[in-house]
Amino acid sequence: MITAPFDYEAPETLDAAVRMLHENGVDAKLLAGGHSLLPLMKLRLAAPILLVDLRRVPGLHHIQRENGSWRIGAMTRHADLQDTPELGVVATVASHIADQQVRNRGTIGGSLAHGDPASDLPAVLLALDGEVTAQGPNGLRTIPASELFQDYLTTTLEHDEVITEVRLPATDDWGYGYEKFARRAEDWAMVGVCAVVKEAADGSCEDVRIGLTHMGSTPLRASATEAALRGQPLDADSIARAAEQAAEGTDPPGDLNATPDYKRHLARVLTRRALEAATRA
Amino acid sequence: MSASVHVEVTVNGERRVDDVEARLLLVHWLRDELGLTGTHVGCDTTNCGACTVHLNGESVKSCTVLAAQADGSQVTTIEGLSSGDALHPLQDAFWEKHGLQCGFCTPGMIMAAADLLERNPNPSDDEIRHGLEGNLCRCTGYHNIVEAVKAAAGKGVPA
Amino acid sequence: MTSVGQALKRKEDPRMITGRGYYTEDITLPGMLYATIVRSPEAHATITSIDTSAAKERDGVVAVLTGEDMAGDFAGPIPMVWAPPGVEINTPEHWPLKRGEVKHVGDPVAVVVATTRGAAVDAAEDVFVEYDAKPAVVDPEQALEDGAPLVWEQFGTNKTHEWAVAGGDFDAAQAEADVTVEHRYVNHRTSGAPIEPRCSVAEARAGHLTLYSTTQIPHIARFILSGMVGVPEDRLRVVAPDVGGGFGAKLQVYAEEALVLALAKRLGRPVKWTETRSEHMTTSHHGRDQIAYVTLTAKRDGTVTGCRARIVADLGAYQQILTPFIPTLGFPVMGGCYAIPSIDLHFTGVFTNKMPTDAIRGAGRPEATYWIELTMDKLARELGMDPLELRRKNFIPKEQFPFETALGIVYDSGDYQGTLDRLLENFDLDAFRSEQASLRQQGIYRGVGFSTWVEVCGLAPSRAVGPQGVGLQAAFYESANVRVTPTGSAIVYSGASPHGQGLDTSFAQIAGDILGIDPENVQVLHGDTDQGAWGWGTYGSRSLSVGGEAIARAARKVQDKAKHVCAALLEAAPDDIELVDGKYQVRGSPDKSMTMAEISGAAHIPPNELPTDIEPGLEESSFYDPENFVFPFGAHACVVDVDAETGKATVVRYVSVDDCGTPINPMLIDGQVHGGIAHAIGQALYEQVVYDSEGQLVTGTFVDYALPTAAEMPHFETDRTETPSPTNSLGVKGVGEAGTIAATPAVVAAVHDALQPLGVEWVDMPLTPVRVYEAIQAAQGNGSGPRASEQGVDLGEHGGGAAGSGPTGPDEGGAA
Repeated sequence: MITAPFDYEAPETLDAAVRMLHENGVDAKLLAGGHSLLPLMKLRLAAPILLVDLRRVPGLHHIQRENGSWRIGAMTRHADLQDTPELGVVATVASHIADQQVRNRGTIGGSLAHGDPASDLPAVLLALDGEVTAQGPNGLRTIPASELFQDYLTTTLEHDEVITEVRLPATDDWGYGYEKFARRAEDWAMVGVCAVVKEAADGSCEDVRIGLTHMGSTPLRASATEAALRGQPLDADSIARAAEQAAEGTDPPGDLNATPDYKRHLARVLTRRALEAATRA
Repeated sequence: MSASVHVEVTVNGERRVDDVEARLLLVHWLRDELGLTGTHVGCDTTNCGACTVHLNGESVKSCTVLAAQADGSQVTTIEGLSSGDALHPLQDAFWEKHGLQCGFCTPGMIMAAADLLERNPNPSDDEIRHGLEGNLCRCTGYHNIVEAVKAAAGKGVPA
Repeated sequence: MTSVGQALKRKEDPRMITGRGYYTEDITLPGMLYATIVRSPEAHATITSIDTSAAKERDGVVAVLTGEDMAGDFAGPIPMVWAPPGVEINTPEHWPLKRGEVKHVGDPVAVVVATTRGAAVDAAEDVFVEYDAKPAVVDPEQALEDGAPLVWEQFGTNKTHEWAVAGGDFDAAQAEADVTVEHRYVNHRTSGAPIEPRCSVAEARAGHLTLYSTTQIPHIARFILSGMVGVPEDRLRVVAPDVGGGFGAKLQVYAEEALVLALAKRLGRPVKWTETRSEHMTTSHHGRDQIAYVTLTAKRDGTVTGCRARIVADLGAYQQILTPFIPTLGFPVMGGCYAIPSIDLHFTGVFTNKMPTDAIRGAGRPEATYWIELTMDKLARELGMDPLELRRKNFIPKEQFPFETALGIVYDSGDYQGTLDRLLENFDLDAFRSEQASLRQQGIYRGVGFSTWVEVCGLAPSRAVGPQGVGLQAAFYESANVRVTPTGSAIVYSGASPHGQGLDTSFAQIAGDILGIDPENVQVLHGDTDQGAWGWGTYGSRSLSVGGEAIARAARKVQDKAKHVCAALLEAAPDDIELVDGKYQVRGSPDKSMTMAEISGAAHIPPNELPTDIEPGLEESSFYDPENFVFPFGAHACVVDVDAETGKATVVRYVSVDDCGTPINPMLIDGQVHGGIAHAIGQALYEQVVYDSEGQLVTGTFVDYALPTAAEMPHFETDRTETPSPTNSLGVKGVGEAGTIAATPAVVAAVHDALQPLGVEWVDMPLTPVRVYEAIQAAQGNGSGPRASEQGVDLGEHGGGAAGSGPTGPDEGGAA
């Protein structure tokens, strides 16, 4: 319940935050909403020596539409996403994260940087082919979603890099569905599936992207299903057939509530349901 | 760097100034330093919601907020939800509808419900149940909690 | 107008809804220190060394003590109080801090005391304990096999005891039966999980000790802790302030309570220990964890002729206060609502390397009800009979009460047909069946399950359960003291110790009506051994039918005295004074009357004319030991939807009719029923304490132990019938555990009804999605790969067994 002792800084600039991370090495951690890190620290599963709190750093809290894409500041909270219906699938997914109190604190940047394959937002970033910008000692770089998630709770962010913004293509003319399967409403996903579908004028599938939550050590794309559905009619049969391939290439960890086989089964069922939701008029 | 952090927080309308250990959780600051023991601790993992308070008008689990993070903020606890003898409509409704038994989850449940009604003044039963998914109660089976929130919503909760 | 029967708002609530409740953790005493306990990470091991030197060096640390260090601080071990005549129960010595060996994960091995919470936790991490691990035994049936690792070598077996009870001739019934059904049930291990964790604060002043503790049993705790810490009872005060739920988990005398007392005594400063939720999951006693082999025999026409159960109870590593007794507590109602002429029960207790089990809401009776009700369903299927028809055929008819069962238990009153009839008025079964059929056409698997149940509570007639009865070394009467103040308010002291039941209100209603005082002006006090009535505490749905009756009896004595005072002052005969609408008046002369305030004023400050044979004051006590238990009953229907693709079962409707005798406050009754049913739905579908095959606890937090949220619970449709109990003058029965006892079979039967078209025969609780899914697959002939087993699940590469991720994951967390 009580964390190990640590030092605390709340710098007023991004540069100062990066410098503090850089100077203090891997035992310094960034603090955004704290809803991934603080629970680990309270159980003493994590014990950083320094927390660098981003709360005073300006310019990290915005949701902007620009040239057909969304720019979302890293400190934007799940509640802000939830309350911005124009975000479409992102708003829907955000509303399914944990509970309202958590959504009132947890941030998109923190969730992505934590790299938990059981979290809701990473698979969405992946499905939408989004990207993040990260500020480090050597400046700003852009990391595509496909290159961000490396392993369980591990990203390609350097320890002294700070996610500053999340960029997502707008999906106004895409249908979407999010299927989160959990034992209780407030739980992490046992398996989650985020599907976005663009329908061609003839009613066939022009494009489709599917992100899988908790089906491996990182969020994953259901690539085989996507390939099977592209160009096909968006009817129940082809959706069902394509969804049968949803677990290909996954390696889900077993846990208290699910065997790997069961999770693969859930991925197939939930993918079909998410696609059905995404193609519902 | 500092393991001690200066904080200035407005708690229930009163300005509180303190130097706190960096690791001090907001809930422990409220309970142990300010004597506001109405906010409870029921778990270690941000599940139970017994510690729910309002931070700048929104519900948060004060076991997962550092006191340091609350610097410059407004905090409202169950003790500050109403003033004088008048009860907040939710407090009144929890009493009227038997929405509590042991009372331990109640302050957090009421604070979460207040945020819920702020976000959605006329929630359906299902919206109430999902709106309170971050608060565990072992006594009531939630039935009368849902009834209480509905009753309070009907009376109109002051913003 | 009487207040009994009215839904009065609770007297407890104003403080609780405003954050002014007063719970143990809210107590801060001058100079108070904080204790943190160093616990075993091993399920079974020899302690080879403990190095406390680094911990002692840390800032703020006042003491670091091991079991060896504190050996002289305890005068006696943690006791177990059941000594059934003719049965030896293997009971190892159980001390608050371990020496030599640890027997389960969480066993306390050292304690750190420091000036702040943080310093204590920091220092506990610097206590280095070396263990030599020994083989652990986790499965109770494997524990009974030859060659299993022994939890306690001195007994030469993991068997703790056997206990049997029988009536009628079951063997004959079986020999003559047309139909026999048998089934093995697992009623799995659960946690009480009140939202308030345990907490104990002790202080010592000039040889007098005070313990504030989250307990359901302050008076029992005093006499036991007095023996454990070697302080006479007159110098030990135990206080239970507001207690945030118990559910049996606080019906215990715990190591930590003795520990903080010993520390306060040793250090001369107040000491607080607050349980973390992880500690609650690890070291607050668990419940259930029994395996039962149940047999029912019947004639072809459905007449049930015999019931036999062989029960294996996993007791964990030690005997806590009631550990071996609890599995047995369901025996009086193992035959359910049915007139079964032969019943044959046999219990075997088993040690395993787990936290001990003990009473959790229902305590033995949920298990018994689960077994009889689900086996009745199986028998109905075997006979091709409607399960409700089978029940009706075997119900004890209401005109046969009081009814003596084959085991010699006397059911006090009942109308089982009546509650089932009422249930079916509220739940249209024909409409349901047609809805069910049409939903199945759409691929929706909806099912209904019924439970027609009876339970035994109102613990307890001391004659039946005490040393001369089943052998508890205790008695179970309750006491009360009722005092009217000079201005006409009343103070009721009860030996009960409520922790959410609303007894401040219902007791005030009982006493107020008898005294002629508005319940608003009746204050109910309890939970302090230095104040008012002695008592046995609150558990076993006893507080109303035993504690409330004691209050009624004391209040009637006060009323009687008030009548004498009134009669003297009004110059009438005491027998001619009657209480009408809050006034004591002379029969036939309503103009000659006094209020209780006037009478009490005269009793306390006697005017000259008060006769000398009337003592001043207005206060009486009563000790009430019931002649019998009380037997609440009812009929419940649960409707679930099963997502046959994912295996997820959801309760969509719950309809109940309960009969707990004469209602005192119907609002409180409904609240107890709601909570009880929710607890049972939790066990049936969500909650399970899981140890892996090495004895490591997998469900150590609320992340993994799936206490249901509001979103998982249905709206409850409750109703009542009222069949007064003849056992007590109020006609009341208990209701605190009823829902929990009633509901698990209804939920489980509903899931099986839903799964019936898929060919699923049986799935043990908890009916989690993966279990239901695998059962469907197996029934469809698609079974493949390892099943998600009862214990020892495959935890995958991330170990820990988190039911999600996050807090129980490894520590290489990224930024925020």
